[in-house]
Amino acid sequence: MPDKSFDINLIRKDFPTLNQMVNEHPLVYLDSAATTQKPQYVIDKTTEYYQLLNANVHRGKHFLSEQVTTQYEQARLNIAAYFNVQAKEIVWTKGATESINLIAHGLTSKLNDNDTVMISPLEHHANIVPWQVLSQKTGADLKALPLNPDATFDIDACCDFIREHKPSVLALTHVSNTLGNITNIAPLINAAKAIGSLVVIDGAQAAMHLKPDLAALDCDFYVCSAHKMLGPTGVGVLYGKYSILNTLDPYQTGGEMIETVTLNHSTYRCAPAKFETGTPNIAGVLGFSAAIDYLNSLNHREICDYEANLFRYASEKLVRIKGITIYSSLSDNIGTLCFNYKNEHPYDLSTLLDSFGIAVRSGHHCTQPLMAHLKLNGSVRASFCFYNTYEDVDNFINSLHECLEMLD
Amino acid sequence: MTKTYKKLSQSIENAATWQQKYREIMLLGKTLPPLNDILKTSDALVPGCESKVWMYIDFDLTENTLLVIGDSDTRIIKGLLALILAMYNGLTPQQILTINAFAEFEKLGLIKHLSASRGNGVKAMVDKIHTTALTKVS
Repeated sequence: MPDKSFDINLIRKDFPTLNQMVNEHPLVYLDSAATTQKPQYVIDKTTEYYQLLNANVHRGKHFLSEQVTTQYEQARLNIAAYFNVQAKEIVWTKGATESINLIAHGLTSKLNDNDTVMISPLEHHANIVPWQVLSQKTGADLKALPLNPDATFDIDACCDFIREHKPSVLALTHVSNTLGNITNIAPLINAAKAIGSLVVIDGAQAAMHLKPDLAALDCDFYVCSAHKMLGPTGVGVLYGKYSILNTLDPYQTGGEMIETVTLNHSTYRCAPAKFETGTPNIAGVLGFSAAIDYLNSLNHREICDYEANLFRYASEKLVRIKGITIYSSLSDNIGTLCFNYKNEHPYDLSTLLDSFGIAVRSGHHCTQPLMAHLKLNGSVRASFCFYNTYEDVDNFINSLHECLEMLD
Repeated sequence: MTKTYKKLSQSIENAATWQQKYREIMLLGKTLPPLNDILKTSDALVPGCESKVWMYIDFDLTENTLLVIGDSDTRIIKGLLALILAMYNGLTPQQILTINAFAEFEKLGLIKHLSASRGNGVKAMVDKIHTTALTKVS
């Protein structure tokens, strides 16, 4: 795709879903933390696979199979370049959740009751439960980093905590899915690496907004989902530093991941093939690659600036509404506003907002430990993306005022 | 269908906008007496996801008619609960089984509240009433 400068009016035209009426109001989509909308380019590339290219990848000697295999492996190079890592360090999965499960499963034979696995109270359930299961299977201790009452980290205290408890594995989210808060993970990664920990970063929320340089971050694993970065659902990535990735035990076994098979014994191929058994989500991978192309065609710095300005505009308006409590950090945030109004149930607020065509989310956002930490039963979450407009913010705030009036 | 339900549902059906509909529903919720906190037990919770709904179902011994009480921590679900209670309370098990709550909600433009994505327990409330009625009949 040719590079283009950031023009919100042109960008809006790339996302067909955004141009519709919902409950007789223009749709204001503020649920991008759940899933982003897809540009037409991604939709076309996904369709094109089924229309023109449909064949299985790898091993086929016929024209279509060679075509699609080339594109499929080109996609791996594309995603690797986006994260500044090597293609062989990219494993296709069905999403961030599967990626974390794959790592936890792959480490099971390597841990025992002398080990500690460390997470944080900020994590999505997908970055908690697999580690709980790992700890139950191996006897490893599961510990959580200390979190300030406002759900921010005292990074120095966390580094001390890491040095004190010496986790074998540290699994942290780069950005909180509930709050949008960006964690300054670099010093935490450094502290953990210094004592020989394996570091797993959940990048589901961060991968698009922050475009992390994984070589510079130096984490051992980084996971993300395509559908939160303009791509299709059901596909994601596990990045693993090659020397470590290749030592993980296979997650699933079958075709494609083997080198030789006799009736009694099999040998496995090296990563990434070792973790990619079965026919993959080819259309998903090609769509994901198209999403990366789309993101690359925009200037990342311009996206960040636009999102930061939009977030400031929205948060300044929200903060002024009497009775609203905001739980998100208003600095170092990818563009998520997590809030409640007085003692009102977030369900009521999100349902009423929906009647104005405003799509937000309410509930615990798959972060029950964080909700418990904040002493909440739930919250409303409005999450922004660079395809949102200032008019979206105005519509959201105006509708919110009308909803609050209905509740008062 | 009870007379109370017919009266209540009319105001929702007549509401011109979604906001008016929700206003009516929330007003309806306010008419429902709150359940004593002692009764808000986990046993009485209707399995839902986001909103909590507590419900007690019994049949009047002499009349064999349904008696449901309930409460919710959200205004909208409480209003829908009030609507469901008006739909079913005072009916015999046989009468209950003739009611199609889905069709009623469809008529009122509220069918989305019974959809799978809501996980709010509205469908579970209706199911619970029907299951109880069914055991009574058989």
